[in-house]
Amino acid sequence: MSELLRRARAILWKDLLTELRTKQGLSAMLSFAALVIFLFSFAIGPNTTLLARLAGGLIWVAIIFTGTLSLGRAFQTEELAGGVRLLRLYPGDPRAIYLGKLGANLVLLAALEAVLFPAAAVIFQVDLVAHIGPIALVAVLGTIGFSAIGTFFSALTVHAKARELLLPLLLFPALVPVVVGAVGATDAIIGGNAMGRLGGWLQLLAAYDVILFVVCVWIFPVILEE
Amino acid sequence: MKLERSLGILSLVTVAAGTVAGLFIVPADRLQGEVQRLLYIHVPIAWVGMLAFFFVFLMSLLYLVQRKLDWDLLALAGVEVGVLAIGLTLVLGSIWAKPTWGVWWEWDPRLVSTAILGIIYVGYLIVRSMSDDPDQRARWAAVIGVLGFVQVPVVYLSVFWWRSLHQPPSSPRSMASAFGAVMLFSFAAYTIAFAYLISRRYRLARRQLALELRGPEESP
Repeated sequence: MSELLRRARAILWKDLLTELRTKQGLSAMLSFAALVIFLFSFAIGPNTTLLARLAGGLIWVAIIFTGTLSLGRAFQTEELAGGVRLLRLYPGDPRAIYLGKLGANLVLLAALEAVLFPAAAVIFQVDLVAHIGPIALVAVLGTIGFSAIGTFFSALTVHAKARELLLPLLLFPALVPVVVGAVGATDAIIGGNAMGRLGGWLQLLAAYDVILFVVCVWIFPVILEE
Repeated sequence: MKLERSLGILSLVTVAAGTVAGLFIVPADRLQGEVQRLLYIHVPIAWVGMLAFFFVFLMSLLYLVQRKLDWDLLALAGVEVGVLAIGLTLVLGSIWAKPTWGVWWEWDPRLVSTAILGIIYVGYLIVRSMSDDPDQRARWAAVIGVLGFVQVPVVYLSVFWWRSLHQPPSSPRSMASAFGAVMLFSFAAYTIAFAYLISRRYRLARRQLALELRGPEESP
């Protein structure tokens, strides 16, 4: 087990190091997320109360769109240099590749969210600072769910010709519970949990995370076989 | 072959009989009128869709365990029949919803999750087309077949919490006995039709695979 985690950590570190050295991904991701939020706000119109009410949904749409683009890169950069095949040639459980990539994705998305949530709070004029703890919990649960299934489909679609289209096509239906749960929880927190539904949303997110993570880890070696 | 032909004839006869009974023999619903007769096809076809995806799940698991391409071909047959059934369910449901609910589409959990379910399995078909290698194709497809089925209850639950309006599921117990009898009969009829379609599609898939493996240069 510790062997598996050690391998996963090596892959995680390699991915983050690549990211740190090129510094392409994160800044592009941030600008893209900001653009998504602006674009949706333009589409909805300059109605401040309406925008504040939709804030939770807009934040999560921005995270999911940006995260999908960043996921597409996770295995694509490997594939360009034949890296997936090389990684597989190393001895040990191929699940380490999944766990490492998942970890790197989580770190990248966490960095994105650390900027996105405060920025959104300012733009939409909603008070997130007062609820920083619960918001962080929702962000963590939502991001784990997104990355667990996203990393999996990223590995599956890396060989596809139209992978830019295929990845969202597979990913978005699977993400419905994440969107519903994370947006529901974020809205509940912003609204002061007036309906008392926050607990239910968190349970939904946690259950989704556990189920999808277990199934993805179990089945992942199959998609790397050749 | 002989069994398949008998299945085909049997499904044709039973579906026709169920349709005649639903259209002309049982009386129309007192509140909804003639449109309620859609019940006898809408619900059984929805059932076929669910049955198909459960079948795909089983075949995909069997493939992952045994790695026999036959399981993969059966799963493919199941997905195609399932996507067809889900599409029909949504269309028939829309036709029924317009006069009774007043709208073609409603943001009801069952509607939304059924539509999403359909999209998941369309994804399955696209993933299949990604590879020309039968074994690789089968592996990727089986992964979606298993994962897709795992998603279904979670997606349904989440959309259910999001909103609810659809009437409780129709079952023979929730209606008058004549209605129930026709519906039970239709369930059986469409299940036979399902078996027939799977059998036909599986046979076709086997031939396609054999042709693929033989290569183009040797085919006449």
